[in-house]
Amino acid sequence: MPKLLKKGIILDPRAYFQEEKDILINEEKIIKIADSIEVNELREKYDSSFLDKLEIFELEKNFVLPGLIDLHTHLREPGYEEKETIRTGCEAAAAGGFTQIACMANTKPVADNPATIEFIKSQSRKAAVKVWPVGSITKDMQGENLAEIGFLSKAGVKAISDDGKTVMDSDIMRRAMEYAAGFNMLVIDHCEDLNLVGEGVMNEGYYSTILGLKPIPAAAEEVIIARNIILSELTDCPIHIAHLSTARGVEMVAEAKEKGISITAETTPHHLILTDKAVVGYDPNTRVNPPLRSSEDREALRQGIKEGIIDAVATDHAPHTFEDKLGEFDQAANGISGLDTSLSLLYDRLVDENILNWSELLEAMVYKPAEILKLQEPGIREGKTADLAVFDPDKKWKIESKALKSKGKNTPFLGEKLKGKVKMTLVDGKLVYDNRGGQNEIIY
Amino acid sequence: MSIKRKDFLGLYNTDREEIVSILNTAESMKEIFTRTVKKVPTLRGKTIVNLFFEPSTRTKSSFSLAAKRLSADVMSVSKKMSSVQKGESLLDTAKTMEAMGADVVVVRHGSPGAVEFLAEQLSARVLNAGDGAHAHPTQALLDLYTIKENLGQIEGLKILIVGDITHSRVARSNIWGLNHLGAEVRVVGPNTLLPVEIEKMGVEKYTDLDQALSDVDVINILRIQLERQKSGLFPSINEYIKFYGFHEERLMQVDDEVLIMHPGPMNRGIEIDSEVADGKQSVITEQVTNGVAVRMALLYLLAGGNPEDAEIT
Repeated sequence: MPKLLKKGIILDPRAYFQEEKDILINEEKIIKIADSIEVNELREKYDSSFLDKLEIFELEKNFVLPGLIDLHTHLREPGYEEKETIRTGCEAAAAGGFTQIACMANTKPVADNPATIEFIKSQSRKAAVKVWPVGSITKDMQGENLAEIGFLSKAGVKAISDDGKTVMDSDIMRRAMEYAAGFNMLVIDHCEDLNLVGEGVMNEGYYSTILGLKPIPAAAEEVIIARNIILSELTDCPIHIAHLSTARGVEMVAEAKEKGISITAETTPHHLILTDKAVVGYDPNTRVNPPLRSSEDREALRQGIKEGIIDAVATDHAPHTFEDKLGEFDQAANGISGLDTSLSLLYDRLVDENILNWSELLEAMVYKPAEILKLQEPGIREGKTADLAVFDPDKKWKIESKALKSKGKNTPFLGEKLKGKVKMTLVDGKLVYDNRGGQNEIIY
Repeated sequence: MSIKRKDFLGLYNTDREEIVSILNTAESMKEIFTRTVKKVPTLRGKTIVNLFFEPSTRTKSSFSLAAKRLSADVMSVSKKMSSVQKGESLLDTAKTMEAMGADVVVVRHGSPGAVEFLAEQLSARVLNAGDGAHAHPTQALLDLYTIKENLGQIEGLKILIVGDITHSRVARSNIWGLNHLGAEVRVVGPNTLLPVEIEKMGVEKYTDLDQALSDVDVINILRIQLERQKSGLFPSINEYIKFYGFHEERLMQVDDEVLIMHPGPMNRGIEIDSEVADGKQSVITEQVTNGVAVRMALLYLLAGGNPEDAEIT
């Protein structure tokens, strides 16, 4: 159905920025953007059936953002439907202003084969947002034999990753990268030297020392980043570093980029907002991998986004059940549920505090992710696909379990009050999320 | 006088004044030991549950004896904890104890923070009997008590803690408690057994035992877990004995007045030789006796007994 969005303020760092415009949408496209589009003038150009169907949305100076693109989610289906399903994960995405998301391969069975990819795609067709399944690097993510990367590519997979695990054998990783490069397949690596991690459950530093929790040194992540940079140089295969979390990691990515190595990196909202101090009190919802790091690391990540060294912000949405996160910190599952809340948190804690600006944030959450996954260029321009999020920067709300669309209520921000909430999300010109009256509704 | 908070979980947040009053209460409790009838009716009708998720003979017996000397009803529950066990069963077990009417639940658990988690969930008062490598406040308090009883004060003393600091809840609780009371704390051990940024807790860090020993007043020797050697944290038991073990010659380096402490159980011949453990400077058995007094004091303060019944003033 055609839609007219009136008086929204467009925030698109590569097109209209902080400009109040009216936006006309027909089918899945933006067909017109102008200072003012009046129904009367449309009568001249369109027939009555168009005008009869036309829905008008008064945006009252709320922000209109290009739909966010998440490079890193866990939708848990198939295999762990008690934690999340493709349907509920996509609902959380829509409620969070995302219109496209990539989901990791650590399902059961692992997405190491075209049949599983087909299953995910077919479930996604019925879901609220667009899903790009990531395949695994190795069979069953065992780190031993290559997954059928060619078949995965033919099935439409744009990237492979053993996310959740590192491919520890450097020779396997080398071969995977060589092979993937031939299929134009992006390799995403979760960087974690398992020997250095040992039984660690939180960042190594003062807080692990006083809390008595087994530590994970930053070096566990950094030695694998270093290896991957060297292997990328050797194999001429682009590498994307998942959930970069350390200052030295940022430095290494910067050096590699300067050398012309084809490397990209993402970090997460929780690593940009929290530090390992949040673990004091032993809330299992603060247990995540990579762990929340020191304040120096957090500062370097923020700076890395500002300088474009870190390309993307990705949620690493990792939903878990209540029981997975109940009780002993060192026996709880790793991960933070993030799709519902990321944009609001990043706005409230970083943009509104002048730590990042909208332009930096949207580059990292829209344009760069699209480039990394080689998706159609996003943006709020005439002729572009109408993937949009309307954001009310003044809306106050509280993060509560029942407000989250994700099955995973595991966020360390539970109970916190925020300013700024997604009001509407449009995917391919269709309204999929409506919160104009605070109804928090997904529309199928 | 009573404990300000609902639960007693560690010494990090316990101020000097609170520690001093616990130690003073323990002194009154210890006086009971000299009586022919070593029992007072203070906690009559109160129920204390010892909930131990980790094997422990010494701490559990000490708590049981403390509760019995105060005439409380005491029940001990030991649960084998497997690594796959979920928090739900931990919570369920504790809730069961509470449903049975426990006034105080004494908890030992292998996971740091598990006791704090239970304390948040239960309306009964929770006393930490050791949680992973995080805290063991009653051990630290009995150490403080023993030092104070022998040396008259704690402020200004130089206390050396020797051995595996990384995995030691005893070391952490001692460091907080000693610092609150104005002692100077040193730790010594191989770097692999000293956690990062330990200095920020307010200690001086040493790897050379001879240097660390200069001018000390108290040496608290920690048990070395033999499996640490297997996990590659030091090369051999012999090397550990050579560089960090306490034998008679090592003791010659320090003043005759220096106290030797050990939280037990000891590996005789490894971190401590029998000559040292049983020597005249050793206060290791006093620590055990004082442990009962300190635990009586805490149970009394937490369970809110009647001071007149205790006949303590």
